[in-house]
Amino acid sequence: MAEITYLEAIREALDEELQRDPNVFLMGEDIGAYGGAFKVTDGLLAKYGEQRVIDTPISEIAIVGAAAGAGHMGMRPVVEMQFIDFIANAYDMLTNYVATARYRAFLPCPMVVRGPSGGYVRGGPFHSQNPEAGFIHTPGLKVVYPATAEDAKGLMKAAIRDDDCVLFFEHKYLYRRVKGVMPAGDHVVPIGKARTAREGRDLSIITYAATVHKALEAAERLQAEDGLSVEVIDLRTLAPLDDEAIFATVRKTNRVLVVHEDTRTGGIAGEITARINETCFAHLDAPVLRVTAHDIPLPYAPALEDFVLPQVADIVTAARRLAAW
Amino acid sequence: MAARRRRAGDGPGAQHLGEALPLERKLELYYWMRLTRTLEERLVALYRQTKVVGGLFRSLGQEADAVGSCYALESRDVMSPLIRNMGAMLVKGATPVEILKQYMAKGDSPTRGRELNIHFGDIGEAGKTRGFLGQISPLGDMVPVMAGVTMTFKMRGEDRVGLVYVGDGATSTGAFHEGINFAAVQKLPLVVIIENNGYAYSTPTHKQTAAKQFVDKAIGYGVHGEQVDGNDVLAVYDVTKRAVDRARAGEGVSLLELMTYRRKGHAEHDNQSYVPPGEIETWAEQNDPIDRFVRVLLDREKVPQATLDEIDARIHREVDAATDVAEAAPFPEPHDALIGVYADPPVERPLWYREGADVSGLGRERAEGWGTYDAAKGGAR
Repeated sequence: MAEITYLEAIREALDEELQRDPNVFLMGEDIGAYGGAFKVTDGLLAKYGEQRVIDTPISEIAIVGAAAGAGHMGMRPVVEMQFIDFIANAYDMLTNYVATARYRAFLPCPMVVRGPSGGYVRGGPFHSQNPEAGFIHTPGLKVVYPATAEDAKGLMKAAIRDDDCVLFFEHKYLYRRVKGVMPAGDHVVPIGKARTAREGRDLSIITYAATVHKALEAAERLQAEDGLSVEVIDLRTLAPLDDEAIFATVRKTNRVLVVHEDTRTGGIAGEITARINETCFAHLDAPVLRVTAHDIPLPYAPALEDFVLPQVADIVTAARRLAAW
Repeated sequence: MAARRRRAGDGPGAQHLGEALPLERKLELYYWMRLTRTLEERLVALYRQTKVVGGLFRSLGQEADAVGSCYALESRDVMSPLIRNMGAMLVKGATPVEILKQYMAKGDSPTRGRELNIHFGDIGEAGKTRGFLGQISPLGDMVPVMAGVTMTFKMRGEDRVGLVYVGDGATSTGAFHEGINFAAVQKLPLVVIIENNGYAYSTPTHKQTAAKQFVDKAIGYGVHGEQVDGNDVLAVYDVTKRAVDRARAGEGVSLLELMTYRRKGHAEHDNQSYVPPGEIETWAEQNDPIDRFVRVLLDREKVPQATLDEIDARIHREVDAATDVAEAAPFPEPHDALIGVYADPPVERPLWYREGADVSGLGRERAEGWGTYDAAKGGAR
């Protein structure tokens, strides 16, 4: 089997689910004739027609709202935010309408909202964001953010089959840089399960998305230069969090560094730290540390962006401090 | 999409569809309008007895626009109401018991005590569901959602139409604009009704829009637009039926502006201090939709007064019986709060300090009791 990119893996998942279930359809800005800003949906209009691959006006509220309405009627819409930054336009519809629908009125909203996310790409303030924390905070939504091509495919298929709304963050830095060989058959990765990206004994790095790769690089350096055995946990799903996997790695290494590309204040690292404190404080040999983006809108210039975002060297520095505690 | 041909006699210039209704259907319109008013009057009584635990929203003086428009739908069609469309909910099959239980936050209300008033729905397959979808409080949101519902009808080739209500205020939201524009582009079978009752909470229409009239917006969206006297139930039925028929015939979205007047405040607590003196009284005396329709029935249709009296008496019996059922219904159990945020998992875990804790006293405190902490007395009271 040939390797395919993270982006192609997502397209393969969409294609297979469109094929499998006539209720699945796609909606978004420029996703049809143009194939999407990043070409994720390239070729799908020709294959499935304009009733199932729908080009919309520039209307994130309408896209998400219409997906909810279709979801109520038994459809399984997958909608694209051209850049995930624009999901802010649909924040009301997602948090007030979609997230509450099942609970307040027994209305199912099986739908996926997907979009290119994240920085390290010189995209500037509106094409680089990681807005996941605002949605993790909202009961009723599920949030996934894969780091590998295999997970991108398997989680997308799980998201489409889920009976609730799943926000599917795709890291655009990984779109064409990360490749994998897809497992044969119907490859579905369950939502809510973390993955051990690297086994280790001395300390744990808990992270997700692009910084999984930064953490793995840091772990290599720490092994080579310091002889440290670093475990890397890839959360894969941010809501619901895989508490068991988090607590298991705490109990194993007793030292935890949480890394994310999202800004620091209100980022999920704070939540993970609190859960560890409440549940396995006695297993800690050191305080939980965080490596995150600075609390700064993401700037455009390479020197500025690289300063704001977490880098491998930052993770190495923090891991050394943690190991020396 | 299945080809749909326009049927002869559907277009403008055809006979007045409301006036052409047979008498027994006109009496149904009277029944629904009177039921709306009587049920709301009962809710006011229950509110004053503190049995309605939240706010109470009236549609006094607007019964014709809700009833007349929704009456133009078939049972398989789907309607999404606004807060002042209880009449439309009743026409579409919501029952007085359901509405009373909703307002009283009962455990076996349609939303099991999770949501208020007429914020509940029953949609899905035609024939198995009544076809109404409750609104949420952020205004305008139901327009995109109903675009999605009607998009499903189009995709599946189902002969079904959607109707969504917004108020004059909601036309200022992004959701309204995006929703109607998307529905127009997709040529969806959707009727959008702007219920222009003069006020959005306290804000008069001239502070809501610089447009001369809301129906003018139809041109901008490239959809069919009509404005009508919203207090004339037969005229409301007439324009809505034509818009529904257009939608059913594949001719896309219509935007209807129903001119009416909100005689009560935004909710029962609102003293309407912002309303010019005499305005409410003038509408009540000269333009009450039920009074107007009673005159039509008595004078033009030669309905005996006794027939209307019988309907009124029947409505009182029905509302009395529904009130008894709703009052006797249980409140939800505190732990029911944990059920159904997601399909999977079906139940959330309580926080550790609630595990095994006595929660039997929760929900007993009345909201009015808040803010009565007296430091002089010290501590809890």
